[in-house]
Amino acid sequence: MKASLYLGLALALAALLAAAASLIWTPHDVTALSIADKLKPPSAGHWLGTDHFGRDIASMLMAGARTSIAVALVAVGIGMGFGVPLGLLAAARHGSIVDEAVMRGNDLIFAFPSLVIAILITAVFGPSAVNAILAIGIFNIPVFARVARGGALSLWTLDFIRAAEVAGKGPARISAEHILPNIASLLIVQGTIQFSLGILAEAGLSYVGLGAQPPTPSWGRMLAEAQTMVTLAPHVAIFPGLAIVLTVFGLNLLGDGLRDRQDPRLRART
Amino acid sequence: MQRFLLRRLVSLALSLLAASLAIFLVIEVVPGDPASYMLGLNASPETVAALRDQLGLNAAPPARYLAWLGGMIRGDFGISYTYKVPVADLVLQRLQVSLPLALYALALTAMLAFPAGLVAAARRGRAADAAVMGATQLGIALPNFWFAMLLVLVFSLHWQVFPAGGFPGWDSGLGAGIAALTLPAVALALPQAAILARVLRSALIETEGQDYIRTARAKGLTRGQTMLRHALRNAMIPVMTILGMQFSFLLAGAIIIENVFYLPGLGRLIFQAITQRDLIVVESVVMILVFAVILVTFLVDLAYAAIDPRLRRRA
Repeated sequence: MKASLYLGLALALAALLAAAASLIWTPHDVTALSIADKLKPPSAGHWLGTDHFGRDIASMLMAGARTSIAVALVAVGIGMGFGVPLGLLAAARHGSIVDEAVMRGNDLIFAFPSLVIAILITAVFGPSAVNAILAIGIFNIPVFARVARGGALSLWTLDFIRAAEVAGKGPARISAEHILPNIASLLIVQGTIQFSLGILAEAGLSYVGLGAQPPTPSWGRMLAEAQTMVTLAPHVAIFPGLAIVLTVFGLNLLGDGLRDRQDPRLRART
Repeated sequence: MQRFLLRRLVSLALSLLAASLAIFLVIEVVPGDPASYMLGLNASPETVAALRDQLGLNAAPPARYLAWLGGMIRGDFGISYTYKVPVADLVLQRLQVSLPLALYALALTAMLAFPAGLVAAARRGRAADAAVMGATQLGIALPNFWFAMLLVLVFSLHWQVFPAGGFPGWDSGLGAGIAALTLPAVALALPQAAILARVLRSALIETEGQDYIRTARAKGLTRGQTMLRHALRNAMIPVMTILGMQFSFLLAGAIIIENVFYLPGLGRLIFQAITQRDLIVVESVVMILVFAVILVTFLVDLAYAAIDPRLRRRA
């Protein structure tokens, strides 16, 4: 089980490094068009070949990683930023009207598949990377609220929380000082999973034209552009897809590995 | 049981009401006026005024919301601005593609996931389990639209066994219709089947330590027999939950896949409506998708009660 954790870590780090490196260096300029070199198969000059404008695919993938990672990361941030406080509040006031309201509100968001939220937002505000972030982020809120509430509820029954209550700490302080640190690992695991889902969602949204707009490089849009050329030059469709699969695969392995590590029950079983 | 049903029905109605209000409010915040948004920049003030009148935009928002809601209850979703036909007719026509596609994909999901999950659980820790777990981990990471492109590359362009896109209509025969939906359904189903197989595997493993399983084993049943006769039924609760959620993912996922295969379903309709700024269609199709999701959740809740009598009493 350990090997898959390290494989996941390596793949996720590779995507992160590619994205970071693209800020200062890419093998070729991603905006440089060269129609003479269009749809060239992989070669020494262009490791992964060129697209229909003669742009270097490897360079575009590096820059695209930046978009994917940024969108997914901010969306996870939105989910945690709103979801975790809501979940903690619901747990601290368990059974109250606040708890009920938070959970029913979450049910409501769950009733909208994330893609439908995205469509609604872009239909109204127009397609952009920011709106894609919003659409994915909103869907992350109930996920984190649920995880935080579930984790916090089981902690509220424990003696050390009782002790903190007896010592005179209020629910807000207990939530921040005692509950939050104890559910942090749960949240990190969920964060990894939502991060990988965010990358998939961003790819899907930009594939249908609802995500990052040109000229911002994006894996999903590279695939959309490749679709009509897939017979002429399969490599333009294959490499962006592989980049998505490997990144998401790596993040999932990482998430699973981290979860097994923190849950001794699972560790003993596998 | 009646009380249980009544409670579930009330919560179904409340969710639908809340969802419709949310959709109405989002459309309501359209920057500027919906009528001028739909007509674009070059519209004359008279046309805008006429459309405002036709859409009933001159009424106060609460009255408009109630009118929209009342219309939907009667099956009247308004008239599409671009197609000039009732939205209900458009949607019904498109559902003839989207619904069979989602059901086809759901059937494939279950057909792939059940054997894989059962084998993995039965052979836990062995090579077969590792193979299933590895394959499903990759399956989850697969973007369905990319997988769809690869399927077209192999099965339509290379081997030419399935059409690469388009839909001939059910009039041209069941076989042709099914053939047109096969690659899209496979593309939708595979990533979902990977998720379901993993859920089934862990739900089956979860039952392992239970007393009734040990009793069944002590009676002399093999591991496989116990799993099929006793563990599977108990593992169905989490599996049903996921399967219910997956139906809505399949319906929503079809939005993207329909665009890959140029299928005239709800997904194509909603994208065309967005490009043409036909807010009436967008709002109705979103509402119908959300309605489907909420209804499926409701049915899954009822199915729980059918599978597990304990849940009936508790509610």
